[in-house]
Amino acid sequence: MVVLSLMAAGIFMAAGSTTPVDAAPVQKNIILATTTSTQDSGLLDILLPIFEKRTGYFVKTIAVGSGQAMAMGQKGEADVLLVHSPAAEKKFMEEGYGVNRRLVMHNDYIIVGPPNDPAGIRGMKKASEAFKKIADSGSIFMSRGDNSGTHAKEKDIWKAAGVKYEGEKWYQQTGLGMGQTLAVSAEKKTYTLADRGTYLTLKKNLGLDILVEGDAILLNIYHVIEINPRKWPKVNAAGAKAFADFMVSKGTQGIIKTFGLDKFGSPLFFPDAGKKVEDLGK
Amino acid sequence: MDIILDGIRKAFYLLFTFDAEVLGITWFSLKVSGTATFISLFIGMSVGTAVALTQFPGRKFVVSLINTGMALPPVVVGLFVTIFLWRNGPLGFMEILYTPAAMIIAQAIIATPIVTGISLAAMQQLPKKLRLQILALGATRLQMVRILIREARLSLLAAVMAGFGGVISEVGASIMVGGNIKGYTRVLTTATVMETSRGNFDIAIALGIILLIFAYMINLVLTHVQQRERPR
Repeated sequence: MVVLSLMAAGIFMAAGSTTPVDAAPVQKNIILATTTSTQDSGLLDILLPIFEKRTGYFVKTIAVGSGQAMAMGQKGEADVLLVHSPAAEKKFMEEGYGVNRRLVMHNDYIIVGPPNDPAGIRGMKKASEAFKKIADSGSIFMSRGDNSGTHAKEKDIWKAAGVKYEGEKWYQQTGLGMGQTLAVSAEKKTYTLADRGTYLTLKKNLGLDILVEGDAILLNIYHVIEINPRKWPKVNAAGAKAFADFMVSKGTQGIIKTFGLDKFGSPLFFPDAGKKVEDLGK
Repeated sequence: MDIILDGIRKAFYLLFTFDAEVLGITWFSLKVSGTATFISLFIGMSVGTAVALTQFPGRKFVVSLINTGMALPPVVVGLFVTIFLWRNGPLGFMEILYTPAAMIIAQAIIATPIVTGISLAAMQQLPKKLRLQILALGATRLQMVRILIREARLSLLAAVMAGFGGVISEVGASIMVGGNIKGYTRVLTTATVMETSRGNFDIAIALGIILLIFAYMINLVLTHVQQRERPR
């Protein structure tokens, strides 16, 4: 018992000295569960300081796959989500876990592969047909396999292609984030589905080419969702709303529009606040 | 190979230009792991000493548990600490998930069995007759324990180094309970993971090198203390 209380005392001393933020009202903290692409692209590093300075909130970004982000939301362990897995998001909303789902931005997915393109899909217009060709040729396809938004999109495309992929020898899963999956894919010279933002940030080290792009099914759409405080009373609803409002505000959308332009020659995301999903990519 | 050279160059560049973010992360890593090691010393040395010096039924079982604990996978510790600290979890009222305090708890849980196991072995290694002799000279039990700890101090310092080394290099638990939040719970290992997935391999290597440099300096000091006086 003495030992335990010593341990507790030590922790609180340490907590007191290292976490000045905790002294502020608890509701200052906002837990943002989001996908790895928003963090790995560096977008949040630009946006969050502006938001925090303007509002006084402190955002705790937990960057995980969209699937895990929504699981956190479902348990009330996050206040606001920034995710890109529309079908799962709709289910999430129908089950009443989220409120006020708003469109923030989009970019697109691309099918990448080794430059010699053994399956011969370069320049194909339909992603599903390209997938079918990869499967038919028996070339290895590297999947995220982690319930992320990208993984969900990949499954959609397989479904559209009408190909049985699970358990096939040419179908491999990394269970890792986008950046690491691209690295594995480059090393093993396989095909994979990637979001354009992560691909552009890693391009210099990869040696993978964009083979298929521009199909409507390849749109990658990000929404912001506030967690329903009626379901989880401990949620910081005011903070979540402030963050969601910030993401769709004019100023933020302007920053998103030009983000990455200087470094990659093309923006990584396209701002979409106030638009309808059906109108994207037109 | 060039990328490793780039990384080494970057490490020294970041260190000698006093890059504020990297120094902040480094200092924070040392603080969290140092505090966690300190806590684990209190618990580990007490438990280790107590088990080493007493006989009770089931003692072998307890020792085997402690030794298994030395192999606790950090990510499993991270998972359990996360579940306990969730807002809606049993300790949610403390509201410390994704804070440095949560990281210290997780790291202390990882380091404690290591320190306990090594302390236990160190105390057990002392000759049994030493205890009898100390008691025969009229020392109280508490005085005896103090003398024994002093006798075993070289091995106990090894316990400190092993415990600290275990937690400063650990990433699974820190990223789960800390969240790798910029300027708040980001440590050298979690930053390395993030920079790797961002494709910034040079920075990732640089962070790894900085971690090694600091781990080396700390162990240099501890080793110096340990070796100053060699056992007779």
